[in-house]
Amino acid sequence: MISFFHYAIEILPDMLSGAWVTIQLAVVCITVGILFGMVLGVARVYSSKYIYWIVTGYVEFLRGTPCLLQLFFIYYGLGDMGLLLKPVIAAGIALGINTSVYQAEYFRGAIQSIKPGQMTAARAMGLSKWKAIRYVILPQALRLVIPSSSNEIIYMFKYTSVAFAVGVPELLAQAEINGAMNFRYFESYLLAAIIYIIMVFTVAKIMAIIEKKVYVPGLQLMQ
Amino acid sequence: MEIIRILISELPQFAKGTLVALEVLAGLLFLGLVLGLAIALAEIFGNTVVKFFATTVRKFLWAIPQLVLLFLVFYLPFDLNPVLAAIIALGLCSSAFQSQIFRGAILSVQSGQIEAAKAMGLSKPKIIFYIVIPQMIRLSIGPWTNEFSSELKDTSLAYVVGVVEIMRQAKYIIAYTFGNTAAVYLFVGVLYFILTRIGTYFFYRLEERLWVPGFEKRS
Amino acid sequence: MSTILEVKDLTKKFADIEVLKGISFKLKKGETLAVIGSSGSGKSTMLRCLNQLSPPDSGQVLLEGVNINAPGIDLNTVRADMGFVFQDFNLFIHLSVLDNVMFGPLRVRGMSKKEAREIAMNEIERVGMIDKIDFYPAQLSGGQQQRISIARALALRPKLILFDEPTSALDPELTGEVLSVMTGLANDGMTAIVVTHEMGFAQSVADKAIFIDQGVIVEQGVPEKMFAHPRHERTKLFLSNFVGLQ
Ligand SMILES: Nc1ncnc2c1ncn2[C@@H]1O[C@H](COP(=O)(O)OP(=O)(O)OP(=O)(O)O)[C@@H](O)[C@H]1O
Ligand SMILES: [Mg+2]
Repeated sequence: MISFFHYAIEILPDMLSGAWVTIQLAVVCITVGILFGMVLGVARVYSSKYIYWIVTGYVEFLRGTPCLLQLFFIYYGLGDMGLLLKPVIAAGIALGINTSVYQAEYFRGAIQSIKPGQMTAARAMGLSKWKAIRYVILPQALRLVIPSSSNEIIYMFKYTSVAFAVGVPELLAQAEINGAMNFRYFESYLLAAIIYIIMVFTVAKIMAIIEKKVYVPGLQLMQ
Repeated sequence: MEIIRILISELPQFAKGTLVALEVLAGLLFLGLVLGLAIALAEIFGNTVVKFFATTVRKFLWAIPQLVLLFLVFYLPFDLNPVLAAIIALGLCSSAFQSQIFRGAILSVQSGQIEAAKAMGLSKPKIIFYIVIPQMIRLSIGPWTNEFSSELKDTSLAYVVGVVEIMRQAKYIIAYTFGNTAAVYLFVGVLYFILTRIGTYFFYRLEERLWVPGFEKRS
Repeated sequence: MSTILEVKDLTKKFADIEVLKGISFKLKKGETLAVIGSSGSGKSTMLRCLNQLSPPDSGQVLLEGVNINAPGIDLNTVRADMGFVFQDFNLFIHLSVLDNVMFGPLRVRGMSKKEAREIAMNEIERVGMIDKIDFYPAQLSGGQQQRISIARALALRPKLILFDEPTSALDPELTGEVLSVMTGLANDGMTAIVVTHEMGFAQSVADKAIFIDQGVIVEQGVPEKMFAHPRHERTKLFLSNFVGLQ
């Protein structure tokens, strides 16, 4: 126990630098995920038949394949074809794409749960379809989507750990490096687990606060 | 085309990898089911101490990334084979999610049902086994299907501790056929997609068969 | 007074069902027109054809002499000029009362926040809801929601307002407050078309009434006369459902 604490303090700087990379990676891919997810979700509800099928195929295919595979495809697969990306860029793209298709589904669900009268009322006032989406549908969808979306955000925060597999120096990678250097694998991963738990609990807390902040009476997903 | 010939000749390897992945999947889902159910029952029916303990375990398992738990289990001070380590680690993570599914389902069993059972003189265990669990099963198939397909994809994480599942087979094939990386991974993607679809179709059918009037169906 | 709206031979089909079979009427500025008829007769469809929420198959809708059922017309401007009040209010549920009423001036008319706010406050005042500007729709009664939705329509400064059964979703004790707002509007010279089952309101407030049955205007005229002495059998039959009219 004592020796774990000594060791933990010794490798803490490395681990914290890894945690910082994790946070940055998470912020980037979660942002990308929400923005793309929103666009894809809107496209699945409001676009023409043609675009609908392309978007649906894209979303469904990616939802049916593992994140690790998507990462390897982008890093090794595209690399093999001459498009060499830095590990952290490849990870940002792969994880961002991965989470965006899940967010897309949540946005689609949220948009479809908005009463049709909201759109009709906006159009009746003289708003164009896109303005109605921008000012009436999306603000409501954004609030409705928060519970499921924040689950996905937390999930993705943890899932950034797959980036270690292409050599991104995030938290899990730091645990591996330090574990190998000192032959103390278990303790390194234990410290990683503790740091992840603290970070994930914090993220969950932040999401709960946001959820409270944007609460509007009468605007919840019907269950 | 060269790549198609390679993929066809490597089909047996992919099949082997798929079997390993399914083995991990079955193991982790079973472990997650048993533990998840235990956590859910403890959180709902347990006394304060049991409840607190169950909730704490669930929250910690929920907050640890699967890969971290995978390495933790793999590097336990005693030897575990990679497949078993993967089943234990992924199963533990899954139990946190499955417990939430079961908890939600149990809580949505209407209290009138339990009242009625109590009024008939059924004991608590009997109420749980004859009333709550049968209704809960119907209510949880939908969300459980999501967990299934999510775990099917997450068997790929076992790759990192050396389990020779689909991703590892793909890696071998890429290594000794020199290149074709993108094409092989694309093929693997199609393979996972098909597996996911078959699995969810099966559960969808199951849900339909178990459906009785009065239970809302997934849309 | 000048004619503000003229409708000529409007028709509309849904699949194979002819819902409107040639609707024609004229409306002068400042007039209130009551539209009555049984359920499914095509009243809502007619209103939605007027502001092109569902485009008619044929016919003309002349708003101040301009046919708006013609190619090349900017429908959004047309719709902004015709306020619409729904049976089930359809207030934007993510916006407060004030933001709901400011929405039109701000997002449709492109006014500044300050101007929009000024207009909105005026209209909210007019419907007597100034003490509720920070409430969300879900926190209001049906009658209050409907009054706000009237304010929302008015804030666009429309040339006329279309009401589709504005009190049908309300409990009887809340109907009065909405009808009195509408009566006030009529007295202020607002042009309005009101689909309604409130015969008392139609009789006392409307300048004209039309009775629609199965997609055609069976009878039109001054409400008092028409309700007292319907000329057509179908009108008689319909009016006989409302006891104590005369
Ligand atoms: N979008 C639509 N698609 C198909 N049929 C429709 C549609 N809208 C209306 N109809 C049909 O058109 C007919 C007239 O409907 P409308 O809503 O105009 O009647 P209404 O006079 O407003 O009745 P109510 O008093 O019940 O509101 C009905 O038979 C209705 O079923
Ligand atoms: Mg109607």
